[in-house]
Amino acid sequence: MSTVMRYSTPAIVLHWLVALLIFAGFPLGVYMHELPLSPDKLKLYSYHKWIGVTVLMLVAVRLGWRLTHMPPPLPDSIAAWQRRASAIAHGLLYVLMIVIPLSGWLMSSAKGFQTVWFGVLPLPDLVGKDKALGDLLAGVHQALNFTLLALVILHVAAALKHHFIERRPFLQRMAWGGKE
Amino acid sequence: MRMTGLILLAALAAPAANAVEFHTVLPKQSTIHFEFRQMGVPIKGGFKRFTTQMAFDPARPEAARAQIEIDLASIDAGSSEADEESAGKLWFDRSVYPKATFVSSQVRALGNNRYEMRGTLTLKGRSRDMVVPVTFVPGNNAAVFDGAFVLRRLDFGIGEGMWADVATVANEVQVRFRIAATGN
Repeated sequence: MSTVMRYSTPAIVLHWLVALLIFAGFPLGVYMHELPLSPDKLKLYSYHKWIGVTVLMLVAVRLGWRLTHMPPPLPDSIAAWQRRASAIAHGLLYVLMIVIPLSGWLMSSAKGFQTVWFGVLPLPDLVGKDKALGDLLAGVHQALNFTLLALVILHVAAALKHHFIERRPFLQRMAWGGKE
Repeated sequence: MRMTGLILLAALAAPAANAVEFHTVLPKQSTIHFEFRQMGVPIKGGFKRFTTQMAFDPARPEAARAQIEIDLASIDAGSSEADEESAGKLWFDRSVYPKATFVSSQVRALGNNRYEMRGTLTLKGRSRDMVVPVTFVPGNNAAVFDGAFVLRRLDFGIGEGMWADVATVANEVQVRFRIAATGN
């Protein structure tokens, strides 16, 4: 078995941080929006928005890192169509990780609630209060999120397939510890 | 003797002839807005329907009086969800207390068209004395009275029970009003 090619440590840290935030933010978003109005609901909405803004910031850093650091090459045994599919899927994941928080931020503004990161850093309202636009963006935000869910399932399934079914040490590429 | 009396009368009447008592309120140019913080986020709102009775003569500010009655059903609390919520028992309990009233008791001139109005605000059956700074802005057709004060919602039991947590919805509510009135 050849040596494992790992992503750089910053890339690995950013990947898992963002993954953790998405795995927290997504179910939170699904859960909170059906709740009757209460202080808890207001808190959960704020936490969800803070998570989203944090993702946006981390993804900006991630994108900068990714554009200046080559990811480790895929093993030679991976078919050309899979390489193309992987490139497209990763590209889409990046797009969604940027567009989803943006759509949430805009939705919040359109619904008349400014986003204030951790209750401290106010984000500018890029659109004014507009109920119709707010409802439209809510639908967009939801649709984008379910697209993300599908892509994440595909992403995880592909990694697990390469690792367990094809029996390559694929997960080590993005794992903590080990040799670079 | 009679002549002197007439001159005296004219002299007394002269300032009164220039003075205008503002007492006809222009509802369309009058507003009541408020702002509070929810999870650190500023939320703007207001009341669309309220009636104001007032009398103000800049020459005799101590005789000024004002009475405002607000229809709480005309609230804009930032979202339709919040508008509905505000009607409930924990908030305004609107079916029992549909109105808020302010009745002035004393007006004091501070100079430079600034005044201090004292009065009683009654909300949800609770009355509290308030001190409200008001700025008088004379105009050609109508004068404008701008006022602002901070109301602590818990003084009036606005947002009880689970909503009493001021870390979620702040206790302080910044209230700003503008009353336009003419002397006609």
